[in-house]
Amino acid sequence: MVIRRLGADTRDEVLAVLDTVMDPEVPVLSVRELGIVRDVLVDDRDGVTVVVTPTYSGCPAIQVIERDILTALERAGFGNAKVRTTYSPAWTTDWIPDSAKAKLKAYGIAPPGAAADTGGLVQLMRARQAPPCPYCDSTDTELRSEFGSTACKSVCWCRSCRQPFEEFKAI
Amino acid sequence: MTSPASSVVPAPAPKPNALFEYLQRLGDDRLVLGHRLSEWCGHGPILEEDIALANVALDLLGQATILLRMAGEVEGQGRDEDALAYFREAVEFRNCQLVELPNGDFGFTIVRQFLFDAYDVVLLEALTKSSNEELAAVAAKSLKEARYHVRHSGEWMLKLGDGTDESHRRVQTALDYLWRFTAELFATDDVDAELVQGGVAPDLAQLKPKWESLVREVLDRATLTVPNDVPRPPRTRGGRTGAHTEHLGHLLAEMQIVARSHPGAKW
Repeated sequence: MVIRRLGADTRDEVLAVLDTVMDPEVPVLSVRELGIVRDVLVDDRDGVTVVVTPTYSGCPAIQVIERDILTALERAGFGNAKVRTTYSPAWTTDWIPDSAKAKLKAYGIAPPGAAADTGGLVQLMRARQAPPCPYCDSTDTELRSEFGSTACKSVCWCRSCRQPFEEFKAI
Repeated sequence: MTSPASSVVPAPAPKPNALFEYLQRLGDDRLVLGHRLSEWCGHGPILEEDIALANVALDLLGQATILLRMAGEVEGQGRDEDALAYFREAVEFRNCQLVELPNGDFGFTIVRQFLFDAYDVVLLEALTKSSNEELAAVAAKSLKEARYHVRHSGEWMLKLGDGTDESHRRVQTALDYLWRFTAELFATDDVDAELVQGGVAPDLAQLKPKWESLVREVLDRATLTVPNDVPRPPRTRGGRTGAHTEHLGHLLAEMQIVARSHPGAKW
């Protein structure tokens, strides 16, 4: 088993490992692309600490993600790494880069639009336009439910190709 | 009227840690309502709704986990979120009575949810400015989720209130029954006063008009009648100090039995 010494390159090495750790529910995106990894701290005394933030408060995947991160780092020689959770700033889909949004679409999930900051009380009953269909690109779509198979997805319907599809909710 | 016995002044009850109390109130509202919503899993009227209620339940349970963990840390007696959720008795729970009421029909569940969701967005928005940084961060995160929740329950209020005669009758009946329980949401005591002073918690009296305008706007559009009676806080102590309806005990019996039957079990 490899044991890496901590040095000037450690942070970059750890980030490279984290690029290979995929989200368990959206396995085409890494935990970095999703914005779950907020920072990597390297300290002579404390070793490597990966700072993560959950997508949703109740996301059941976060425990699997933490375990996957530690397993990947251990394999790469960082056996004493730790994961620390932070809640501030609150996770937003705005952190997902365009390149990752393209991967989502190719995977059949409509990527999130800009997260609207209503800045005050909610605008109720806003008839939200559903995103274009990730399969046929039609805009003749409708939002069926803002709650889908996981906390981060809503359910839509494409009237053109008559296909249900999921949308990664902007939050 | 003095007798030797009555001259003995009882020692004052130890002052409760206000932040510990407050975090339990926030956490228990979410834990109990989340559990109630989870009871719909597999019983929703349509598949989308079954999934939606389970999603909202999951958000609330996630928020409860974080808040009760914080509560345990503030208390400093070594209790974590599981110890608080599974090993407290009903009288130790600090949730409001609204959230512990049985689900009833779908309309009843939606009205209960809407009244709470409207309160939750108003409260969380104010809590994002809390002087307690950790609480402010948790509130900011929860607020994003709560906005989805109130949009969901608010839309259902419109559909059911302004729907068929049957759906209108059911939600109006639920509203008439539930309205009295909303007073407790804005009832305050020494715990609130202490935390308002420190900038940790918002003044609930100031939040009430915001809640009311949000609720009345939706009720009007849903063609529902706001009940006439002014809701009054419970005559006895309410859920915030441990006085609950008979329903909480039954809920806890189901929620806690596995953890209590197998203490320390991991799964």
